Amino acid sequence: MVTSEVYKKEFDVIIIGGGATGAGTARDCALRGLSVLLVERFDYSTGATGRNHGLMHSGARYAVTDGESAKECISENMTLRRIARHCVEETDGLFITLPEDDLEYQKTFVEACQRAGIRADVIAPDEARQIEPAVNPDLIGAVRIPDASIDPFRLTVANLLDARLHGAETLNYHEVDGLIINQNRVEGVKLINKQNGEHVEVRGRVVVNAAGIWGQRIIQMAGANISMFPARGALLIFGHRVNHMVINRCRKPANADILVPDDTVCVIGTTSDRIPIEAVDDMRVTREEVDVLLKEGIKLAPSLATTRVIRAYAGVRPLVASDDDPSGRSISRGIVCLDHAKRDGIEGFITIIGGKMMTYRLMGEIAADAVCAKLGNTAPCLTAKLPLPGSEEDAPRQSDLTKRYSFGQRAAIGRHGSLAARIEKENDIDNALVCECEGVTVGEIKYAVHQLHVHNLVNLRRRTRVGMGTCQGKLCSCRAASLLGEFSHDVKRAQEDLADFLDERWKGMRPVAWGDTLREAQLTANIYQGLCGLDTAVNRQGKEDVQ
Amino acid sequence: MAEKMQLCNISENNFEQCTKCSICTTVCPVAAVTTDYPGPKQAGPDGARYRLKDKAYYDKMLKLCLNCKRCEVACPSDVHIADIIQRARMSASEGRRASLRDTLLANTDLLGTVANLVAPVANATLGLKPTKLVMHSVMAIDKHRTFPAYSRTKFETWFKRHAASQQDAFSNHVSYFHGCYVNYNFPKLGQDLVKLMNSIGYGVHLLDKEQCCGVALIANGLFKQAKRQARVNATSIRQAVNGDGRTVLTTSSSCTFNLRDEYPAILDVDTSDVRNSIMLATRFIYNLVDEERIKLVFKKDYKRRIAYHTACHMERMGWQLYSIELLRMIPGLDLQLLEQECCGISGTYGFKKENYERSQAIGSILFKHIEDAQVEAVATDCETCKWQIEMSTGLPVENPISILADALDVEATRLANNLTNN
Repeated sequence: MVTSEVYKKEFDVIIIGGGATGAGTARDCALRGLSVLLVERFDYSTGATGRNHGLMHSGARYAVTDGESAKECISENMTLRRIARHCVEETDGLFITLPEDDLEYQKTFVEACQRAGIRADVIAPDEARQIEPAVNPDLIGAVRIPDASIDPFRLTVANLLDARLHGAETLNYHEVDGLIINQNRVEGVKLINKQNGEHVEVRGRVVVNAAGIWGQRIIQMAGANISMFPARGALLIFGHRVNHMVINRCRKPANADILVPDDTVCVIGTTSDRIPIEAVDDMRVTREEVDVLLKEGIKLAPSLATTRVIRAYAGVRPLVASDDDPSGRSISRGIVCLDHAKRDGIEGFITIIGGKMMTYRLMGEIAADAVCAKLGNTAPCLTAKLPLPGSEEDAPRQSDLTKRYSFGQRAAIGRHGSLAARIEKENDIDNALVCECEGVTVGEIKYAVHQLHVHNLVNLRRRTRVGMGTCQGKLCSCRAASLLGEFSHDVKRAQEDLADFLDERWKGMRPVAWGDTLREAQLTANIYQGLCGLDTAVNRQGKEDVQ
Repeated sequence: MAEKMQLCNISENNFEQCTKCSICTTVCPVAAVTTDYPGPKQAGPDGARYRLKDKAYYDKMLKLCLNCKRCEVACPSDVHIADIIQRARMSASEGRRASLRDTLLANTDLLGTVANLVAPVANATLGLKPTKLVMHSVMAIDKHRTFPAYSRTKFETWFKRHAASQQDAFSNHVSYFHGCYVNYNFPKLGQDLVKLMNSIGYGVHLLDKEQCCGVALIANGLFKQAKRQARVNATSIRQAVNGDGRTVLTTSSSCTFNLRDEYPAILDVDTSDVRNSIMLATRFIYNLVDEERIKLVFKKDYKRRIAYHTACHMERMGWQLYSIELLRMIPGLDLQLLEQECCGISGTYGFKKENYERSQAIGSILFKHIEDAQVEAVATDCETCKWQIEMSTGLPVENPISILADALDVEATRLANNLTNN
């Protein structure tokens, strides 16, 4: 459906927020037969969804302090292994005890895991060193748990794809400017199309607020309020994998105590700092945060001391104050679903908030249940049973590779699962690599642009990993920009996009710009600014989607 | 804090120093002629990252790498690109058996031992058209190739019979790692070296135990055998250097590079303690002349026009300088320097049917340069370059040591170095 027709339609449900939660809710509602519109002000998975560890928790981390969350995690963990196979890597994880930690805590930890139904096997330090050679060899204890690694970008896109397959409409770069309210009933949303500045109103019988930390503003638009406690976490990305299992510290959760192998890289995090709600859009990482992350990180895997850090980034946890605490100081870490009819007397409005990226499906189910209750729909939830597009059971995973150099084709199967079959690979051009670090071919970019809602290079990066390798866009960004320019027939925009993308890459490199990362950045600057005369400050005013 | 800590630690993953400048790919002779090979940057540092994620990302097209090391020479960040590729091949070959063809091609000394015994028959048979066709179709050894002729007498046998007894009389001594080619195919090069060294007052000795250096084994994926042989050679070389106080000379650039650098880099056989005492004879002799410890006197009537070709491994070591400067000392020699291009054979690579066309395409630029140089012969320090250039241009190819020995006025040189008859 073209966008202008979407504006005219009335939907059963309008979902605000294109993170994992919004995408999961959209899929769930669409599978139950509702007509669905999802709106997102930037790109999908721009917020907390794309700014975490990429860790598929077993729940072990919460077992001691929050048994409820732990149970949700292990249940969702097992579900995602089935339904999102192409987004998940079943790495397993270790909780290690170091000489300065209390080995007694291990006992408490294992008992708590068992209570939550999480497999937790105590193994000898020798065995831990053997199964994960990167682990700190000084460890005095280790517990093996079913942690895994998950790609949140892929996961979100797969949910959106399935929602669309079942009739849902999705609009990115559409920001909610206000709610249509009629006599205490929310009847739709007022939108700004951020690509052309157009103001439109779209009607829906129920509106779901799945905007994460930015959801507070949406609730205020409805005339209600909520107390949120944004907690900021910074993380570092290393150039390649040093570990093949998730490594955690077996102690009370603290700074930089999780190291996750994510696709080609590994990520250490996080710090945790309360910030005022006004600061949630400031994603800059400080020198102090970098120091803490590296200092603590090498206690998990000593080789991090010598491994190139390619990027730093930060995200905000959307923590919510418990409604049952009048002081507003007690924080709920679990899933919070608010029916504003009951809470605030506002009909047709639901907020789904809190929770974690990895419980997105359960959050979607809870929100969809609430929507269905309002609409009188009795269809059951199917999201835990049906595999996501790309993860179908019977689909070949390493399908027919062409006989020649096939790195890009294999990398694409790793990223898109069975959907990789849709990527053209018949001729030399389609097989040519655009991003050499991550093995992204011309064919994969064509697929992403035509099937996965790509408007710019940042979108393309989230769909394909273009520019996420060690060169951070040096070789691929001009090639990719040229392809986008070819498809859009707008060379000027492609050139501005290129400048924005390189700026965005540099932002993440800047806090860790020393050694090889600095050399890399300087070479990039010399090529684009020195050699090609690209002005990265061109036309950037007013553009907010520079992460 | 973090910055300081990282800057004073160097990663053991050498590929991390790659800044993706891609200069290596622009000098890769294979990437220049085929799109099947992605070039050294992609096969090396880029691929290494993915192979760390999962070994299954190893791509079989890596076997197209010549291991010529031109990428490493070009790299401004000192990334050992070709080593990364060879190590990936080694890791992928674990538990897999090499084909009969590759095993035969790689076992230069086994093949040589047998062929020496029946040299006339072997040479005649290997040159026959039916034999070539059988090898082409059954063994996948290209029909265009001619195996280097086998000598009837091994160099080692000649040395023991005719030279060994005279060597102790000299006041200076060197050891000689002759390599398979000198031993089985071309003892004359070894004889030339003995002649040359004796003329300047150096006695030449064989190693206690010499095995094939293993360069062909590495290229054909027989890493275990290569390691075994490397250990034997390392022990012998150590004995010569540390026990007898002798420099170990060589006359093949690839053997030299293998002994010095590939043993530790690819086979994990550490030769760093004796590395500086293993060198090409041309470097050793050049240094003696340069330090005015010896003099070379050449024949007055010598007159030839020869082009010098820098073998890839020679360029990696940066030693072409020594061979070139030594040749330039010959008054009657008109020496033409060829642009540094790969000849395309890369040891046994070009012998394989599937590589033949690519091999000739790579070498075509060099062949054209040789033709344009209008010379009567080509000089190079590598025996496989010799086979390739001889086959492809029809010109004779000689090792600089043979040219020097040929041009040398032996008696005058002996006198100039104050040697009396012994």
